[in-house]
Amino acid sequence: MQHAWRGFKGRVWTEDINVRDFIQENYTPYDGDESFLEGPTAATNKLWGRLQELQKEERAKGGVLDCETEIVQSLTAYGPGYIDESMKDLEKVVGLQTDKPLKRAFMPYGGIKMAEQAAETYGYKINPALHKIFNDYHKTHNQAVFDAYTPEMKRARHSHIITGLPDTYGRGRIVGDYRRVALYGIDFLIAQKENDLLHCGGRNMIDKFIRLREEIAEQIRALKNIKEMAKIYGFDISDPADNAKEAVQWLYFGYLAAIKTQNGAAMSVGRISTFLDIYIQRDLLEGTLTEKEAQELIDHLILKFRMVKFARIPSYNQLFSGDPVWATLEMAGIGMDGRHLVTKNDYRFLHTLENMGPSPEPNLTVLYSSRLPENFKKYAAEISVKTSSIQYENDCVMRPVWGDDYSICCCVSATQTGKEIQFFGARANLAKCLIYALNGGVDIKTREQIGPEYIPVTGEYLDYDEVIHKFDAMMDWLVELYVNMLNLIHYMHDKYYYEAAEMALIDTDVRRTFATGIAGFSHVVDSLCAIKYAKVRAIRDEDGLIVDYDVQGEFPRYGNDDERADEIAVWLLKTFMNKVRRHHTYRDSEPTTSILTITSNVVYGKATGALPDGRKAFTPFAPGANPAYGAEKNGLLASLNSVAKLPYEYALDGISNTQTINPDALGHTDEERVNNLWHILDGYFDKGAHHLNVNIFGVDKLMDAMEHPEKPEYANFTIRVSGYAVKFIDLTREQQLDVIARNAHAHM
Amino acid sequence: MMQGYIHSTESFGAADGPGVRFLIFMQGCALRCRYCHNPDTWALHGGTAVTAQALLDTAERYRAYWGAAGGITVSGGEPLLQIDFLLELFRKAKQRGINTCIDTAGQPFTREGPFFSKFRELCTLTDLFLADIKHIDAREHKKLTGRGNENILDMLRFLSDTGNPVWIRHVLVPQLTDHDEFLRATRAFIDTLHNVQRVEVLPYHALGIFKWEALGVPYTLTDTLPPSQARIRNAEKILCKTLKN
Repeated sequence: MQHAWRGFKGRVWTEDINVRDFIQENYTPYDGDESFLEGPTAATNKLWGRLQELQKEERAKGGVLDCETEIVQSLTAYGPGYIDESMKDLEKVVGLQTDKPLKRAFMPYGGIKMAEQAAETYGYKINPALHKIFNDYHKTHNQAVFDAYTPEMKRARHSHIITGLPDTYGRGRIVGDYRRVALYGIDFLIAQKENDLLHCGGRNMIDKFIRLREEIAEQIRALKNIKEMAKIYGFDISDPADNAKEAVQWLYFGYLAAIKTQNGAAMSVGRISTFLDIYIQRDLLEGTLTEKEAQELIDHLILKFRMVKFARIPSYNQLFSGDPVWATLEMAGIGMDGRHLVTKNDYRFLHTLENMGPSPEPNLTVLYSSRLPENFKKYAAEISVKTSSIQYENDCVMRPVWGDDYSICCCVSATQTGKEIQFFGARANLAKCLIYALNGGVDIKTREQIGPEYIPVTGEYLDYDEVIHKFDAMMDWLVELYVNMLNLIHYMHDKYYYEAAEMALIDTDVRRTFATGIAGFSHVVDSLCAIKYAKVRAIRDEDGLIVDYDVQGEFPRYGNDDERADEIAVWLLKTFMNKVRRHHTYRDSEPTTSILTITSNVVYGKATGALPDGRKAFTPFAPGANPAYGAEKNGLLASLNSVAKLPYEYALDGISNTQTINPDALGHTDEERVNNLWHILDGYFDKGAHHLNVNIFGVDKLMDAMEHPEKPEYANFTIRVSGYAVKFIDLTREQQLDVIARNAHAHM
Repeated sequence: MMQGYIHSTESFGAADGPGVRFLIFMQGCALRCRYCHNPDTWALHGGTAVTAQALLDTAERYRAYWGAAGGITVSGGEPLLQIDFLLELFRKAKQRGINTCIDTAGQPFTREGPFFSKFRELCTLTDLFLADIKHIDAREHKKLTGRGNENILDMLRFLSDTGNPVWIRHVLVPQLTDHDEFLRATRAFIDTLHNVQRVEVLPYHALGIFKWEALGVPYTLTDTLPPSQARIRNAEKILCKTLKN
């Protein structure tokens, strides 16, 4: 066995690429508490201090510190870059997206128009020569998609019944198995891919093999370029990493390759904690690393994840507020053999939030089970109470579907690491779809015929059976159109903006899922409840379109553990998913869906008229699978029970729930708060729920932060929103007001 | 089947007894505390009539969140006004292995029968009493709540004798209860008890005013502000520090 693998056990992973097998053979479960953890080193304090200064400058400059205008981004486009040239020897992990910290690269392949517009928004002008190249000589993804869109697709896009389509930037959500770079070195990975290429297609050269052969060749080229990129920083990563410091650096180079070449909405890091612990553990045993140095390595890796930046256009920022990149990174979980996967490194990653304060990135995610060691549950809950910076996902519903080595590829969606990719995009606005059903496909905002010209509802009072019948038919239309649009977008993305560097770190024989999404979920459920259990009189305007409702009587609402409402919620999810399943999905991908909106609930709501549930026209939706604002009348646990009823099997892409609890309502002391929080998590996830964002603060703090963003205590004030975290002061005022309004109804 | 009158339930309580708890707010209270934030619970036969079984069935929907420490807390209103229902509820709760807690101001307490014998049985079914001392001084108590506190303090002495665990709670209201001499007298009384596990200072808040307005009852503390952080800390220092038990 080679020197780099000294002391490691197992055989399977040494013969073929199999990181999971390596982890299972070699990791050390940790049941102890957090007392072993070390504080930040002087180097960490200096670097983090410098980065905070840069972040402050960035905010002062309106959100962008620096922007490339001359160089087209690639793996080797830049020389080395450091947080601060004068402190570069302090950086234990090196590598930036460009030559300067927080500088945004020029990435035209998703769409030249958007790349130029993003730069212009912040006062930069892309070199006209580049404009010419990417308009006259080289096509980009965005142009290709619009070449192929049908008029109906353009109408659906423009009316916002389908929003958030990745047709102007990278689709993201593809997680390379960056651990492979550390465990095997680049040369072994190239050899494997060359072998794959050799065996691809053969005598049967149909288009799918031709395409795959070209893709593998692209991957091999990318691997060679990743080696070159590392060389620029003075590292030869041809061979496996020899120790923990190298393992962290090699792995980071893998991730750096992804964020240098793709500007996807979500650029997850993946499940790296347990893997890296094996290297740290070996160095600790060999006496070549101290705990202090181990923590420093993880702190510095996290510093890098806190610096990932892309140039975005204003409409993107409205959709995904706060400049998120979803550098999602997971901890804990339970293995298929029943052993938990908590290691000391999981503590180290969470501890970065103490050593360097709260931060929205990376999107730290605990894969939760009530069977995790109590010490770890307590520590995670403690970090939540202190920082509101982590999210929880139910390992016990994901493990049966994705195994025990999945990563979270966006905010909440699972994907098997190195074995699977996801074609994701947008959400179907089901609330708008319901209004279309009532009005025969006419959009009440623009008065245009967007949907099919079905017969509208004509009665004065809405009849449940009639509405359901029409809604079902309108959903048929919407789902078909939506799936077709995604098919088209992903075809073009593969063609014009292929993720060669990420795919090089994923098996050639890859599993693909096709992830759709739902917006306006709780409002549709409550509206149907109103129609079913109360009397809803339609209010029509002069054109005869239904624009408002007069609701007489009480009706049950989703979010109260009330079966009458919750069964409609389950029906809605299943109906939507079953409709998706009926259609062909690109490259034989497996269809899934999500109830998860990020902060786009605001944008979707703004495009949607009034609803029978009482929601006013053009106001925000509740995010994700959250009950509507003010609907929850029986407290937090009743609300959690309602969400927990949604079957994960029908929403394999995720069911996002965000809850804010006032510290005083969670307990009298921090110890009580911590204990109560992990009991809530135990209960929620034992009921089969999928995801929970936990915020622990009061509305007063939000109001103060909105009015006084300059106060130092708010510089890193992080809150969880649907599926990710943001610095509160980085949200638009509209988003801030939405968060405050939502929390005013929360469990205080 | 016997029915109790409840104002409402709340699926999540973490500040009314140990752990995560299901809260039941009973109807009826004979005290008229000037700062009451639930005046809509005063009427004994208002609210909704429910059976103990239905209430426990609802509570158990949240059992997965309770862990070892959590359970149900009956608050109000004054739960002891419906002691027959409370007995049935707690008997059934104990059959289901549920941790029980009562949040009471003790007003109905008397050592006369039939209440007293029922209360003694209730003590055997109750894991924790959360007991309010509204005011330590009998005359001030009457001014604040409309009734004296002799029987209330007697209930606490009785619970001390039986050894039932108690958490004492005291609402800190500027001008009314927030005087060092009253706080020290309260502490002196608490020190005579042997079963007090914890003392909690609850700062006055005016969040219930809208309910008074809805009921058309004049609210007399409109000019009273919540106590300052310094006064809260002061009260905690006097009431909670170095509790004997």
